[in-house]
Amino acid sequence: MIADFFFYVFAVILLLSAGAVILSRNPVHSVLFLILSFFNASALFLIAGAEFLAMTLVIVYVGAVAVLFLFVVMMLDIDFESLRGGLQRYTGIGGAVGAILLVELIMVFGGWHLAPDAARLRMSPIPANISNTEALGRVMYTDYIFLFQTAGLVLLVAMIGAIVLTLRDRKTSRHQVIRTQVARTAAETVEMMNLTLGAGTTESGGFLRPKESEPEAPAHEEAHHAHH
Amino acid sequence: MPITNGSVGVEHYLAVSAVLLMLGVFGIFLNRKNVIVILMAIELILLAVNLNLVAFSAALNDLTGQVMAMLVLTVAAAEAAIGLAIVVVYFRNRGSIQVEDVNLMKG
Amino acid sequence: MVYAIAVFAPLVGALISGLLGKAIGDRAAMGASVLGMLIAAVCGPYAFFMLVPGGETGTLDLGTWIEAGRFHVDWALRYDTLSAAMVAMVSFVSMLIHVYSIGYMAHDATRWRFFAYLSLFTFAMLMLVTADNLAQLFFGWEGVGLCSYLLIGYWYDRPAACAAAIKAFVVNRIADLPFAVGLGIIYLTFGSIEFSSIFGHVAEHGGDTYRVFYHDVPVIELIGFLLFIGAMGKSAQLGLHVWLPDAMEGPTPVSALIHAATMVTAGVFLMARMSPLMEFAPYALGFVTIIGASTAIFAATVGCCQNDIKRVIAYSTCSQLGYMFVAVGVGAYQASVFHLITHAFFKALLFLSAGSVIHAMSDEQDMRRMGGLAKLIPVTCTVMWIGNLALAGIPPLAGSYSKDAIISSAYLAHSNVGSYAFVCTILAAFLTAFYSWRLLFMTFHGTSRADTHTLEHVHESPPTMLVPLLILAAGAVLAGILLNGWFIGEEQTQFWNGAIFNGPANQIVPHLEDVPAAVEYAPLVAGVLGIALSWLMYIRRPDLPKTLAREHKRIYFFLLNKWYFDELYDRIFVKPLLRASRVYWKIGDATIIDGAPNGLAWLAAAGARQTVKLQTGSLASYAFVMLIGVVVLVGLFIFSR
Repeated sequence: MIADFFFYVFAVILLLSAGAVILSRNPVHSVLFLILSFFNASALFLIAGAEFLAMTLVIVYVGAVAVLFLFVVMMLDIDFESLRGGLQRYTGIGGAVGAILLVELIMVFGGWHLAPDAARLRMSPIPANISNTEALGRVMYTDYIFLFQTAGLVLLVAMIGAIVLTLRDRKTSRHQVIRTQVARTAAETVEMMNLTLGAGTTESGGFLRPKESEPEAPAHEEAHHAHH
Repeated sequence: MPITNGSVGVEHYLAVSAVLLMLGVFGIFLNRKNVIVILMAIELILLAVNLNLVAFSAALNDLTGQVMAMLVLTVAAAEAAIGLAIVVVYFRNRGSIQVEDVNLMKG
Repeated sequence: MVYAIAVFAPLVGALISGLLGKAIGDRAAMGASVLGMLIAAVCGPYAFFMLVPGGETGTLDLGTWIEAGRFHVDWALRYDTLSAAMVAMVSFVSMLIHVYSIGYMAHDATRWRFFAYLSLFTFAMLMLVTADNLAQLFFGWEGVGLCSYLLIGYWYDRPAACAAAIKAFVVNRIADLPFAVGLGIIYLTFGSIEFSSIFGHVAEHGGDTYRVFYHDVPVIELIGFLLFIGAMGKSAQLGLHVWLPDAMEGPTPVSALIHAATMVTAGVFLMARMSPLMEFAPYALGFVTIIGASTAIFAATVGCCQNDIKRVIAYSTCSQLGYMFVAVGVGAYQASVFHLITHAFFKALLFLSAGSVIHAMSDEQDMRRMGGLAKLIPVTCTVMWIGNLALAGIPPLAGSYSKDAIISSAYLAHSNVGSYAFVCTILAAFLTAFYSWRLLFMTFHGTSRADTHTLEHVHESPPTMLVPLLILAAGAVLAGILLNGWFIGEEQTQFWNGAIFNGPANQIVPHLEDVPAAVEYAPLVAGVLGIALSWLMYIRRPDLPKTLAREHKRIYFFLLNKWYFDELYDRIFVKPLLRASRVYWKIGDATIIDGAPNGLAWLAAAGARQTVKLQTGSLASYAFVMLIGVVVLVGLFIFSR
């Protein structure tokens, strides 16, 4: 009973906030409503018994993806006033297509039933008396290890891709060029001087400048290939 | 074991998932304002898919659904990252993220 | 062996001159070509004279040509009197013309090409006359046709020459089709096209018939008819004669060799060679006689009004070929071949001396601008007189023996066609003499009508041109007396030795002397009358021709325009064909056949232009279309289960 009630609560809020995501005028509002949707979905996962996945949803989706969305929304200097209206154009066809899709879903829904030997066809049955996390771990690192590794590769590629796309080399930023540092010899930079014992810097000729200034511009251009 | 007993069965989850999918799909083309909203609508679609997978995993007592949901989650995150990177770069070049203005590929 | 050398020496000369001519230069090419011909001219008559006093005939097998199932054809040289006589004549006359051309073509830029073509032609003609089977004969037939085309159109920068060459080739081609069909029917009937398999077996197929246009026709008659049509094209008989006058566009040595002595006589040779077969086709022979006689009289009438010196001689050739076919038609093949040989001598002589005149008159060919040249170029004048005397049949020159034999044989045929031929030939003899002396008087005698500039340059031809003329003149004088006995006289049976076949009812040649005196002297009388009339009209009263032409304008123009044959053919054949070709080209080829791929290409481009409108570049519409696609797929999936 209680579980049903909670299910309905979470489901309704989920759907409403999803609607608000797409209907909001302010993109920041859209992101916030998205975060709300994620939370509610996570709760629904909990009710279904997939607690690991529910927590992962919160951590990854809300903690990373939604925050990323927020970052970008705020970073892009969007003119809020001009973002209005625009729903009217495709409502006719859109409504028709939506109706068709609804009909199809209802047909699937209505004519669907569980296969009689579904119980026999389970690929990885959920074992009893261990937590969901441990059960998932047992399955993921053994049967689905290749997919797991591939998923890691996908993330790696995404990371590299994102950097490659957006990295701009700003000439005003200073950073280390390891190659130059390592290639520097002592003879170029360090000079041994004979100082009289007890004498201060003023007697020894004041503060001395470095031997030669480093060439900054060429080093920047070599490492720079991700332009906009 | 799913805690649900009583009248909430897998059909209810499926119904929620279906409506969420619909909302996400409509969100893609019904909005004229913002490319970022499109990306968010895609996230909603993927969420609906995850819900579907988990519902069946609970119903069939099969962990495969959850594993797949895990992987979908991974891919969704990666795709969101790349998509946003593209949006950022596009904005740098065009100065606007109005969906109607994205027509440089007109052939 | 000597025989083979005679046949192939010109080929070697042609190859050296043709393939290496540009590299080794004009003089070396000419030398190679002439040397080849000299060798042939020595070996040819030698091989002939070896055979004459009862020599050994035979076949020189050179190898297999076609082996296709039951169809078997060899390269082989037939060594019998008919072939040997032709080889001797062809090689000798061709050699003289080669030598003549050294002088005549001295100012030409590509002499190596000319001599290569000339030697190649000689080789093809020799292959034709020495063929042991119809395929090799056809090879030579086409070869001489090709070389005739090349030589008529030798000066290819002249449009008239190119048109004349094409005309010659096309008309010959039209005649070659019936020839090829006849060849096919021979194969069907006899199972082979080798002479040894055909001759001797003709009588067995006397009753065979062949179905043509829903009628059963006797096979032998059909074959004879078809072969004669092929001969009509080659020998410029009435109907297919239109190419011969135009062929005068070529250089004069070409006219002398091809259109006097050799190529045009190939048709007569074919008839004589096929005599074992023709003797069994009386209707075909009757047709031959009619055509021959009609050609003789037709060409003679046209020759009376022509003004170009070479065209007069060309029509004269046409007329004399008609004579030869008359002889063939009545069964006197021996007389026909005899006239062929003598005609070669004096007609080549006439053409070459005409060339000498043209050379002297700085390339002037119109007789109306000549006259009074007798004292200026005496040698040429003399040899031309000799040639015309031989042509007119004045004894004891060569033409008289052969021409009288033909006219007598026409009389001795004692048939309707024979009588028709007799009348035509007598009339033609009269007209021949008339126009021949017209030519002589207009060219050499009377007052000169040339302009002073040309007259200053009139000079006798160089020795390279005169010596062949003199040799030919000697032949024109002596050939009749010397060869008479062998060809048609008492020794003719063992001379021919089976090369020419006379049917059992054919007793004309042995009885050539047994004609009434009127018939015997009729040609001579006709000739003298012709000369007299010509003297009257061109020396005594030179105003007479003009008056006659003015009073009988229509007849005059009818004869001047060659009985309007060219205009008739133009209207019936040429223009409709051109119109049809234009339709096929413009509509069939350009519009339909080219239109198909072009249309497809245009269709592809138009389709692409429409399809490209899908690429709006608008992200939203792309997403929307994707959604529609998903809906459609899901729908298909649901409804197909």
